[in-house]
Amino acid sequence: MTTPHLPGFVLSEEGARWLAASTERIRTDDRALAALFPLAGRACGRAPIPGFPGWTVDQAVRVELLRALSRTGAPLGETIFELYAHGDAAERLAVLKALPVLAACNRLGDAGLPIVRDALRTNDARLVRAALGPYAAEHLPDHAYRQAVLKCVFIGVPLGAVTGLDRRADEELARMMADYARERLLAGREVPPDVWPLVERHPAVLTGIRSLLTEAGHLN
Amino acid sequence: MRIFDPHIHMTSRTTDDYERMYQAGVRAVVEPAFWLGQPRTSPGTFADYFDGLLGWEPYRAAQFGIVHHCAIALNPKEANDPRLRPVLDLLPRYLAKDHVVAVGEVGYDDITPAEDEALTRQLALAIEHDLPVLVHTPHRDKAVGTRRTLDVVRESGLPPERVLVDHLNEMTVGMVADSGCWMGFSVYPDTKMDEDRMITILKEYGPARILVNSAADWGRSDPLKTRAVADAMLASGFSEAEVETVLWDNPAAFYGQSGRLDLSEATAGEDYAGNSVLRGAPRD
Repeated sequence: MTTPHLPGFVLSEEGARWLAASTERIRTDDRALAALFPLAGRACGRAPIPGFPGWTVDQAVRVELLRALSRTGAPLGETIFELYAHGDAAERLAVLKALPVLAACNRLGDAGLPIVRDALRTNDARLVRAALGPYAAEHLPDHAYRQAVLKCVFIGVPLGAVTGLDRRADEELARMMADYARERLLAGREVPPDVWPLVERHPAVLTGIRSLLTEAGHLN
Repeated sequence: MRIFDPHIHMTSRTTDDYERMYQAGVRAVVEPAFWLGQPRTSPGTFADYFDGLLGWEPYRAAQFGIVHHCAIALNPKEANDPRLRPVLDLLPRYLAKDHVVAVGEVGYDDITPAEDEALTRQLALAIEHDLPVLVHTPHRDKAVGTRRTLDVVRESGLPPERVLVDHLNEMTVGMVADSGCWMGFSVYPDTKMDEDRMITILKEYGPARILVNSAADWGRSDPLKTRAVADAMLASGFSEAEVETVLWDNPAAFYGQSGRLDLSEATAGEDYAGNSVLRGAPRD
């Protein structure tokens, strides 16, 4: 059995058998999902998937289990929030990574946002990173998106991992980043390099901290 | 020297402790669910606690190169609060998780009928979820409580090799040794066991089926007591292999019975500490 959301990735024979039987059970009765979801790693493995950076086997399998749900919209959002809320870190990661897949089948709409917001409130860099994928880029309101990007810089999530920055990084985010840079410079601390590309897109914002940067030796 | 602390409440400890534990050789821990000093009053706070044991705490431990697993249970002390009975109904969902390597801590505190019921039900859950069990023995009336614990375990049908009976001392070690269960010793600054008495027991019983833990929590306790026992063993003539048996192999074998113990990160070598993406990230 292949996993359609990761084209070309084929499970082990044993894993594929488990996944096929499990998706069948979920299609027959949604309630089977709660017991099957935690077992995915033990049944199918947890190794990284070659060719799909950031994906592991258990995540891909859990996304397939979620795709087997027949619900859509708000009821789908509630079901996966419940699963996320009862999940360990690996299960939560998988639910976050499933959001754009479920949305791509035009089934989820905004109903996955409570999960994104919950993950963004944590201090777990893995969850924050996974929350800022294509789904958040598409659905998260401006203020929450900016706060999330700034939080990444705070907790060390590389902005290269954040989806949608090209389109969504605006002058207000540049202002927030510049203020953060100012705070760091005044404290005599280093400024994470990810800050600058966002600030430099808005020369007026950059001008505001130019003198501090000169003093710190960042500009000549 | 690598150390596996089979019983420690890291939720109550600081990152300084994680750093010192790593320096002392601790590479793996199991954190059993217990009480938090302040009695809880609703099942929801247990769900949050269990979620922390499966989410935030292993994440925190990994930042310091330490692999964290947990045991999940309704502890004996809080089993006496009728408002918390529904916690028993939450357990099956948690006992299915990858990082849960045992049911625990269960056992007796005041030795009450409510504790009897919680213990019996949770031993049955352990059989159902194919997990070993970490059993706490009471601080007060310890010998009677331990004897009764062993009786209840025997009646449950759990094989003795799936059971670790903890917080033992000179008065209780003999009956547990005879039972076939694993023997756990908590080494504390003032109470429970100390290093010297631990050496005496190890000399009498040998290292088989014996586990040593710090049981460090929010009370006066020391997360480096496992290392202190290892040093005391070497100083009193035990071989490095015997130290490894007590402080690594035995806990790995006991919790390994769950089929869910994953020590690959702990045995990957010293590189682990340096290659975490998250270590050294800017934090104020």
